[in-house]
Amino acid sequence: MQIDVEHVARLARLGLSDEEKKLFGEQLAAILTYADNLKKLNTDGVPPTTHAIPLKNVYRADKAAPSPDLPAIMAGAPDKADRMFRVPRIIE
Amino acid sequence: MTAHELAARLAGRKLSSAELTRSFFERIKKLEERVKAFVTLDETGALAQAAEADRRLKSKEHVTPLTGIPIAVKDNMCTKGLRTTCSSKILTDYHPPYDATVVARLKAAGAVIIGKTNLDEFAMGSSTENSAFQITHNPWNLAAVPGGSSGGSAAAVAAGEAVIALGSDTGGSIRQPAAFCGVVGLKPTYGRVSRYGLVAFASSLDQIGPITRDVTDCALLLNLLAGHDPLDTTSVEAPVPDYRRVLAGGIKKLKVGLISDLMGNGIDREVKAAVKKAADLFARLGAEVIEVSLPTLEYAVATYYLIAPAEASSNLARYDGVKFGYRNKEAKDLISMYYSTRREGFGAEVKRRIMLGTYALSAGYYDAYYLKALKVRTLIKRDFDRAFDRCDALLSPAAPTVAFKTGEKTDDPLSMYLSDIATIPVNLAGLPALSLPCGFSRGLPIGLQIIGRAFDEETILRAAFTYEQNTEWHKAQANV
Amino acid sequence: MANMKHETVIGLEVHAQLLTESKMFCSCPNKFGAPPNTNICPVCTGQPGSLPVTNKKAVELAIKTALALNCRIEPSSVFARKHYFYPDLPKDYQISQYEQPLATGGWLEIEIDGQVKKIGITRVHLEEDAGKLVHVGAARIMGAEESLVDFNRTGTPLMEIVSEPDLRSPREAAAYTETLANLLRYLGVCDAKMEEGSLRCDANLSLRPAGETKFGTKTEVKNMNSFRAIEKALAAEEKRHAEVLAEGGQVVQETRFFDDVTETTSGMRGKEFAHDYRYFPEPDLVPLEPPAKWTEEIKNGIGELPRTVIARYMKEYELSREWADFLVYHELTGCLEGALKIYKTKPFNYARWLIVELPSFIAELNKEAAEKSNINKAKSELPHPWVIEDAAEKAAEDNYKKNIEVSGKSLPKLNLTPAKLAEIEKLIDGGTLSYKIAKTVLFAAIKTGKELAAIIAQQGLTQISDEGELLKVAREVVKNNPRQAEQYKGGKEAVMMFFVGQMMKATKGRANPELAAKMLKQALS
Ligand SMILES: [Zn+2]
Repeated sequence: MQIDVEHVARLARLGLSDEEKKLFGEQLAAILTYADNLKKLNTDGVPPTTHAIPLKNVYRADKAAPSPDLPAIMAGAPDKADRMFRVPRIIE
Repeated sequence: MTAHELAARLAGRKLSSAELTRSFFERIKKLEERVKAFVTLDETGALAQAAEADRRLKSKEHVTPLTGIPIAVKDNMCTKGLRTTCSSKILTDYHPPYDATVVARLKAAGAVIIGKTNLDEFAMGSSTENSAFQITHNPWNLAAVPGGSSGGSAAAVAAGEAVIALGSDTGGSIRQPAAFCGVVGLKPTYGRVSRYGLVAFASSLDQIGPITRDVTDCALLLNLLAGHDPLDTTSVEAPVPDYRRVLAGGIKKLKVGLISDLMGNGIDREVKAAVKKAADLFARLGAEVIEVSLPTLEYAVATYYLIAPAEASSNLARYDGVKFGYRNKEAKDLISMYYSTRREGFGAEVKRRIMLGTYALSAGYYDAYYLKALKVRTLIKRDFDRAFDRCDALLSPAAPTVAFKTGEKTDDPLSMYLSDIATIPVNLAGLPALSLPCGFSRGLPIGLQIIGRAFDEETILRAAFTYEQNTEWHKAQANV
Repeated sequence: MANMKHETVIGLEVHAQLLTESKMFCSCPNKFGAPPNTNICPVCTGQPGSLPVTNKKAVELAIKTALALNCRIEPSSVFARKHYFYPDLPKDYQISQYEQPLATGGWLEIEIDGQVKKIGITRVHLEEDAGKLVHVGAARIMGAEESLVDFNRTGTPLMEIVSEPDLRSPREAAAYTETLANLLRYLGVCDAKMEEGSLRCDANLSLRPAGETKFGTKTEVKNMNSFRAIEKALAAEEKRHAEVLAEGGQVVQETRFFDDVTETTSGMRGKEFAHDYRYFPEPDLVPLEPPAKWTEEIKNGIGELPRTVIARYMKEYELSREWADFLVYHELTGCLEGALKIYKTKPFNYARWLIVELPSFIAELNKEAAEKSNINKAKSELPHPWVIEDAAEKAAEDNYKKNIEVSGKSLPKLNLTPAKLAEIEKLIDGGTLSYKIAKTVLFAAIKTGKELAAIIAQQGLTQISDEGELLKVAREVVKNNPRQAEQYKGGKEAVMMFFVGQMMKATKGRANPELAAKMLKQALS
C-alpha cells in the first residue's frame, strides 16, 4: 500500500520531518492493511451509524445572551492587537 | 478510604475537608515522584474549596455525598482558570475560559478538585506514555504502565492520591486503566453524561465517567455526572435513577452472557481464568450465565481506528496557533505558522492519528475507509442488540492482559491498538460498561468488564456491586 | 470557433444571513457592527471542549424560505463538517450541510421585460458564517503585512440558496438575485443588504455553442457586492470567456474575483490549492427531521407570496404595478390590509399615504434631526431607520427605500398603526378634516405618538363646514380684495382660485374647500 504522506500532511497542515514521513508512511500502510480486513464483511444495504444513540431535532431557543467568558477568551490569544487576534501575513 | 466512608466522617464532623485535603496533598508529595499521576496540582484552589465545603458541612446546607471529598480530574476536561493541557505541548499554557459541565457539577456539589491528571496526549493511547510531560507509573508495579488514556486518574485513585477521579473513555480509556490499576471504572452510555467541556478526541465515542475504589463510590459519582445538559446536543433526556439505591437487590435470575469471542486467542491465560472464575461466581450468586458470540467483534479495532482518527483529525484542526494555545512565533507567514505550530505542538501518536484520519476522510478514500467503518459499526451494534435479546449483561475481560511494561509497545502502534480489543466494541455501540477488579496475575490486577444495555447502568452497577460484596479484590491496596 | 454564437449559462449561490437574535450554534447576539470580538464565546471561537447547539429559529427561517421557493423539505437533513484551514474559521471546519440539505428542488419566478421565467432552485441549506479579517499594511490581502481576526460574525446563521444553471444572461442573474432579495425581505428572514454582506452571491458562469446541451468549462465569480456588480461582473466574465473561445483557447476552471473599480475579473495569483474539504457528518449534532405539523405551521405563517399579492393589488385594488411592488417589498401590506379591515375605503387612498406622503414626512423628520445636531452625532443617536441623508437631493421614494428598508419594525417605530390610517380616512370622508389638514394631523400624531383626536382638539384643526361661519369669512375676503372682486364680476372666473386660497389662508386651511367656493360665489354675487 502506497500512501502519499506529503499530500495528507498538507491537508492536515502538519509539518513532518523526513523521518516522520518515512515512519508514518510505513505505519499507516500497516494499519490500513489491517483495516482492509473490513472489506471481508458484506455491508451492502447496511446503513452507516454516525451516532450510536440516535437522536433528532435537538434545538435551543433563539435567545441571545452575551458570554461571561469574553475577557478570558481574549486573554488566551497567542497574539493580538486592537482587540483582535493577530496572524502573520496570509499570502506567502 | 472511599468517598462514602469519608462522607460519613465529614458529615459527623469527625474530620474536616481541610484536614482531609491537606492529608491528600501530603501523600501526593510523598508518592507523586514515583507515580507521576498529576500534570497540575492546585493546592491553593483545593484548600479554598475545602474551606467552603467545611462551611457547608457545618451549616448542613447543600451537603451532597461528595461535599468536601478530594477528587482528581483528567486533564482533558476544562476547568475555568486552571490550566487544561490534554498532556499536549500545544495546550501547555491553556487556561480555559469556562468550566466543563461535569466540572461545574463537581463544584456545585462541593467536591474538592485537587488537580488535573496525566493522560495520553489528547487521550490517544492505552498506556499514558504518550504525554508531552511525563510517564505515569502503575502503583502496583512502577515498571508497568497504568493503562490509558486515563492512566493518571486511575493511578491517582489506586495510589491513594485522590479519593475518586474523573476519566474519559473513547475506546476503553476509563476501563482499561481501571483494570490495570485495580480500581473501578465506568464508561456510561453515550449521551448519559455531558461532553460539554471535554476536549474532544472522537466526538461520537467520547464519554466521561467515574474512576473509584469501589462500586458504591462509582454509583455516587455517576449520580452527580449523569443527566441531560442543554449544552450538549448528544446528551439524552432519559430519567436518571439514584444509582446508589439500586446497588443492593442481588442478581438472582439475571441473564449474563460471557462473550466467547473475547475468551479465545490473544487473551492472556490467567486473565481468562480469572474472568471464568468470576462468571462462575455470578452463577453461584443466582445469575443465569450463558455463552454468547458476537462474530463482528474481530472487526471492531479496525473500525475504531478509522472512525476515531477521522473524527480526531477534524477535532484537532483548531489547534492552529490563532486563538489559543501554542504558536510558533518565528513563522513569517500563515501557512508556515500552521505547519510549524502543529509540528512542534503535537506528539508522535497524535500526528499519526491525524494523518490516519485525514487519509480516511480524503477524496477517493472516504467510501472505502470511513463510510465502510460506519457500516461495520452498524453490524457491531446489531451483534450487541442480538446478545441483549438473550442477556441482561455481558461479561468479558476488560483487557487482554494485565498491565504491560513501560516502553513495551511504544514502537508498535498496531499491537498497542489491539490491546483495546475488549473495550472498543462497547464505544462503537454506545453502551455502558464498567471494569472492576477480579484477580491478580504476577502481582498486577485483572479487570472484569460488565457491559449493559443502553441507559441501563443500573443493572451493571448492581451486578458489579453484588460481585464486589462477595469478593475481596477491591480491598487490596497497592503498596507504592 | 471564431464568431460562433454562444449561449451563456449561469448558476448562482446566494448566502443570506438570517435575522435571528442569536447565532447559529451559540447564544452570542447576532448583531452587525459591534466592536471587534465582543459577540464571542467559547463555542464560536472554537475553544477546546465547546459544543454547538442548533438555533431553532434559524431552522424555521430556512424552512420558511424553502417553502416560499417551492422546495421539498427533506424528511431528514444532516449537518456536516467542511474542512479548510483559515484564520477566520475558528474550528478550521465549517458546520454546513452537504449530502443531505434541508430542502431541495424548488423554483423562483423572475420577470424580465415583462416575461416571466422560472429559475430552478437546487437546494436550500443551513451553515455558519466565518469571521472577518482586517488586513494590515495594505487595503487587501495581497501585500498585507499581517491580518487581524474579528470573530463577531463567526457563527452567524447563514442560509445558502443554490440555483440551477438556468440563468442565460448577466441581466437575468441580477434580476434573479434582486427578486430573491426582495422575497427574503418580504419573508422577514434576511435584511438582504449586499453592501453590508448580509446577502452575498457567487456565480458559476460558462459559455457553450448555441444549441449544445453539454456545459462548457465554468469559472466561479466572487466579490460582487451589489445587484449592479453582479450584472457588471458577469458581463465582464462573459466577454472574457467569449474572447478566449473566439481565439480558439480554453477556459481554465478557476475562481475569479470581481474588481468594482476596473470592472474586470481576475484569477488568484499563484496556483490555487486543490480543495479537499473532507466532509463527514457532524457528530456533535443530530439530524433535523422537521415534523409535518411544524412545517405546516410555518407554511401557514407565510401567507400570500409577493407575486400573488402584487397581482391581486393590481386587479382588485386597481393599483399600478409600481405601487403594488412598493407596498409588498416594503412590507406595507400588513398596514394597508389592516386599515382596510377597520375602515373600507378605496385602497388607493391608503396606498397614497404609505407611498407618497410618508416618505416626504420621513425626509422632513430627517432634515429636522439633521438641523438639530451635527450630522454625525445625529447618525449615532438616532435609531434605525433614521439614517440621515440629504433629503432635498433625493427623490422621495429613493429616500424612503433607504430609510425603511428593513422589516416591519420600521412601522411601529413610526407610530403608524393601521388603526390610525383608517381613522384619518374616516375623518376625511366624514368631512371633519381636509386632506391637507389630515396630513398635518397624522404627521403630528406619528411624531408625538398621540391620538388623532387629541391633536385635532389641541390645535383646533377640524374642518369648518358651517355655512354661516364660512359666509362671514368669504365676505371679509371679498371686502379685502376689491380689485380681484371686480375682475371676477367682469367674467374672469379663474380668480375664484385666488379667493379660495385666501379663504384657506384666513381659516388656516380649515375651510371645507367645496363649501368655501360656494360661499364665495354667494359673497361675490
Ligand atoms: Zn458564541
